[in-house]
Amino acid sequence: MLSSYPILSTLVWLPIIGGLLVLFAGRNNDAVAKWLSLAVAVVTFILSIPLWTDFDTTTSAMQFEEKVVWIPMFNIYYHLAVDGLSMPLVLLTTFTQVLVIASAWDVIKERVEQYMGAFLIMGGIMVGVFVALDSILFYIFWEALLIPMFIVIGKWGGPRRVYATMKFFLYTFFGSVFMLISFIYMYYQSGSFAILDFQAMQLGMTVQILIFLAFLIAFAVKIPMFPVHTWLPDAHVEAPTAGSVVLAAIMLKMGGYGFVRFSLPITPDASMTLDWLVIGLSLIAIVYIGIVAMVQSDMKKLVAYSSISHMGFVTLGMFVLYDILEKTGSLQGAQVGMEGAMVQMISHGFISGAMFLAIGVLYDRMHTREISAYSGVVNKMPWFVFFAVLFSMANVGLPGTSGFVGEFMVIISSFKANLWFGTLAALTLVIGAAYTLWMVKRVYFGPITNENVEQLTDLNKREFAIMAILAVAVVGLGVYPAPIMEVMHTSVANLLVQATTSKL
Amino acid sequence: MLHTILIVILLAPLVGSLVAGLFGRQVGRKGAHYSTITGVAISMVLAAYVFVEFVLKGAEAYNASLYTWLVSDGVKFELGFMIDELSATMMLVVTFVSLMVHIYTIGYMDHDEDYAHDNPYYQRFFSYISLFTFSMLSLVMANNFLQLFFGWEAVGLVSYLLIGFYMKRESAIQANLKAFLVNRVGDFGFILGIALVFVYFNTMDYNEFFAQLASNKDVMIEVFPGVEWSMITLMLILLFIGAMGKSAQMPLHVWLPESMEGPTPISALIHAATMVTAGIFMVARLSPAFELSEAALSFVLVIGALTAFMMGLLGLIQNDIKRVVAYSTLSQLGYMTAAMGASAYAAGMFHVLTHAFFKALLFLAAGSVIIAMHHIQDIRQMGGMRKYMPITYAAMLIGSLALIGFPGFSGFFSKDSILMSVDASERFGATFSYTLLLMGVFITAFYSFRMFFLVFHGEESEYVKTHDIKESPWVVTVPLVLLAIPAAVMGLPLIEGMFSGEYFGNSLFILPANDVMLSLFEHHYHGVVNMIVHSFMTLPVLLALSGVFLAWLMYIKMPSLPGKLKSMCPRGYYVLDNAYGFDRLNEIVFVEGGQKLGRFFTKSVDSKLIDIGMVTNTFMAVANSAAALRQSQTGLMYHYAFVMIFGLLAMLVWTLW
Repeated sequence: MLSSYPILSTLVWLPIIGGLLVLFAGRNNDAVAKWLSLAVAVVTFILSIPLWTDFDTTTSAMQFEEKVVWIPMFNIYYHLAVDGLSMPLVLLTTFTQVLVIASAWDVIKERVEQYMGAFLIMGGIMVGVFVALDSILFYIFWEALLIPMFIVIGKWGGPRRVYATMKFFLYTFFGSVFMLISFIYMYYQSGSFAILDFQAMQLGMTVQILIFLAFLIAFAVKIPMFPVHTWLPDAHVEAPTAGSVVLAAIMLKMGGYGFVRFSLPITPDASMTLDWLVIGLSLIAIVYIGIVAMVQSDMKKLVAYSSISHMGFVTLGMFVLYDILEKTGSLQGAQVGMEGAMVQMISHGFISGAMFLAIGVLYDRMHTREISAYSGVVNKMPWFVFFAVLFSMANVGLPGTSGFVGEFMVIISSFKANLWFGTLAALTLVIGAAYTLWMVKRVYFGPITNENVEQLTDLNKREFAIMAILAVAVVGLGVYPAPIMEVMHTSVANLLVQATTSKL
Repeated sequence: MLHTILIVILLAPLVGSLVAGLFGRQVGRKGAHYSTITGVAISMVLAAYVFVEFVLKGAEAYNASLYTWLVSDGVKFELGFMIDELSATMMLVVTFVSLMVHIYTIGYMDHDEDYAHDNPYYQRFFSYISLFTFSMLSLVMANNFLQLFFGWEAVGLVSYLLIGFYMKRESAIQANLKAFLVNRVGDFGFILGIALVFVYFNTMDYNEFFAQLASNKDVMIEVFPGVEWSMITLMLILLFIGAMGKSAQMPLHVWLPESMEGPTPISALIHAATMVTAGIFMVARLSPAFELSEAALSFVLVIGALTAFMMGLLGLIQNDIKRVVAYSTLSQLGYMTAAMGASAYAAGMFHVLTHAFFKALLFLAAGSVIIAMHHIQDIRQMGGMRKYMPITYAAMLIGSLALIGFPGFSGFFSKDSILMSVDASERFGATFSYTLLLMGVFITAFYSFRMFFLVFHGEESEYVKTHDIKESPWVVTVPLVLLAIPAAVMGLPLIEGMFSGEYFGNSLFILPANDVMLSLFEHHYHGVVNMIVHSFMTLPVLLALSGVFLAWLMYIKMPSLPGKLKSMCPRGYYVLDNAYGFDRLNEIVFVEGGQKLGRFFTKSVDSKLIDIGMVTNTFMAVANSAAALRQSQTGLMYHYAFVMIFGLLAMLVWTLW
């Protein structure tokens, strides 16, 4: 381990402290607030790169570990570390953070320091969620994230922001209470709040099922899964662009991460018994939500539903292993699904972020997200449409973009589990293309029918840079996904062992 | 060395495309067409070298990996090359036709009034056709299913971009959306086929896949409880559904006629010569697998024959010059597919080759006519154009003769080998298919020459009389000449190798019992001259000639006849005019049905059932029961949470200090 300093603590606290600093130093001085925020975000991202370059891919053990006693009375530790499952998500977070700060640059004109500060703090907290290995610490980060997001939507949001924030808050808060109860129960059984101890402890079937359901509620709300998904479109519609980006690119991933860090390793027997529930809900997400997405008239809603649909691949890929095991007697092929799910999370982070940023670019100019208000944008903004169509194609899962990798892996793996799982999942090829490209057709192509569109100007340098960086990420991951897969292999293999080792 | 050459062949068009596409403004119009043409020309020259090595000199097949895309669960997903007679031939055809189209485009886009002087459009167009060339090359050069799918989708993307090239035009952007979605329906089957390959063969590599075919031959899978199907058959039919999308076989053909919304050079390159043959190519490439399933081959055969016949019929009533050629493409694709189904892979691929040349020729000649007519495409407004456009006239004549299979022309040899093979096949559905294909020959001849006579012969139309009709510039006519030569004569040197199986060598695999072509070769083939002479007494050629005669009779001799016929059987005309109602059906079931379902889900399930029913009511119940508390709490909830969580964080910091 090359890093002699506590790298994970730095990634958590640097943006949080930086965010607080921005709040004070940037008051009444927007330029300071902006540049300071950007500097903090960029430095955080640069500091996170060694996580990848110094990562030991040969072990599934936790790396970059930091462990200090925190509350000895309850045996609670300040324990941070990453493995192949969380490390890519940490990098996704620090990467997205930079784009988020840049995206708000000229757009936010009021209380800039609060806006920027909130996003920096959010960034630190999200890293915390992915690196915390003590369940109480995890829970604190998990809930703490709601506050800055709540503020961002509540203060800078659209006209129905009060409704949206309440819905958002109640849903997610409601979901995670059950998770906390499970943690406390397991603490009483094991005497420890350490996640790794939870993973190692024996649990009876009834208890496992209860814990599994408690986790499911918490994570299903976050991802979100049908039928607890309706908060997401509302939150997206009301959230400012950067809020939507964080929500889609990172917050949804916390739910997916929850399944691989908690549900599968802690309650493997219950996961095996109830895998049909998750698979069923995932397939509903892919097909049903896809059809719902098709008829949305608001661009953000459409992309929000598309997010839910794509997250269906994450949960599907994570839970097909039991059917593969049952049907073929071996786990051959299950790793493809699990790794597909993991890479789908990263890819969706890029693509959904890019889609929301693209909508933001239009919204900043036209102040409407109604599809019908647009037509023929390409005539005025060719570069913008170039990127927007690229990201749309990635959303459609075109090979050569990151969107293909995860979808493809999950489809072939779920086909191994059950012909019909794969068949239903593959319907996304048609449905996803239908809702995405129909929007593309109506918004970007066609004749100009609205005089406001006539006034549009193409991307400025800042917007161009953001789009170009994301385009490189989307195409890079699509053309050469091997490196990111390599990081995950050992941890995913270990996860599959954990998920199939009975705890009864 | 060879590896490097292959990489250059693949990447040269991509580089050209990126230069023209990303730096269009900097390099200007000239820069765009020079960079792309250079890229494709390099590709073509090297592809010619590869062709000489592998086809003429018969080098061993070359199979090598380019790079590992990813590894998961021990399965390697790679990109790589498989070069043999089959791919080397396709590489040369693709790059040659592409080069001709590149050159032709200089002339065509110059006359394209919509965008002629709006700078970036011109560069973008060149960028797209080069990008297409790259994608198509990666498809044909692939040594594995993954890359096949990459190329497959990439050509679909470029096709989408090019059909919608005139992006201000509603009909164009409607057509490209439709093309993409219909192709996606095919890809839905295709990806499931690939998934079956993954599940049962644990590899994406063609050779590893072929090696395991024998041991997987009898695997059955339970599709529904109690219903078992042969895995191989299911896999092949799923893969073929992909081919039906890309190669526009019924009922997934609906996108191709509308793809004519794209500029004409593209119709020639993508929607006639190359991309649409990808499905045929795929079947040929996977011949070792298709040979194992009689059921799948019968399916392929019948679908192909139905497409050949029914799409040909639609060609009879088209009045848009490009649509006539488009329906003839559909019909010819049916012939190629039917050949695959009869295990006559070589005949099908032969037709792919000849068709690439004569159909590209026909399209580019049609484009030349369109240029002369100032972008009017209705053949009823043309007539008597022969004397104004001698080169185009000759090109169109050669193309049409090749298309109808006039003895000696390239299309004659390829089409006749298909017909003979299907006739000789004993596969289920072969007789039925042969009948359809024979009728198709008559129809093809009729509609081809109907168009030919209407455009070039007869009286000069009002438009032709009053406008200055002139031959196109050299950038247009030179490609016509260069394409006309192979379209006329390329059948002569190839026919023997095709029949004997020598041409494609080991790149195609046919079970001895299925090899109708070889048995025809051994028993009925007596040289090229004999084949030509003998053909004048065979049914196909007689049918073709009578088709031409009837067209002459109806459109030159007695021009009032067509109108009478139309009024005599209005019902038949109605059916054809609506293209058998496929579009209407799709519109009602998928477009409107999908939207209705979506609205129902949104309004009734998401809003009413979940939001109002489940969530709001629950919250309201909780809220009401705590009405007293609520008063003091609502506005403060966020503060409580804030205090709580930051308190915890503060504690964390404090205890760690």
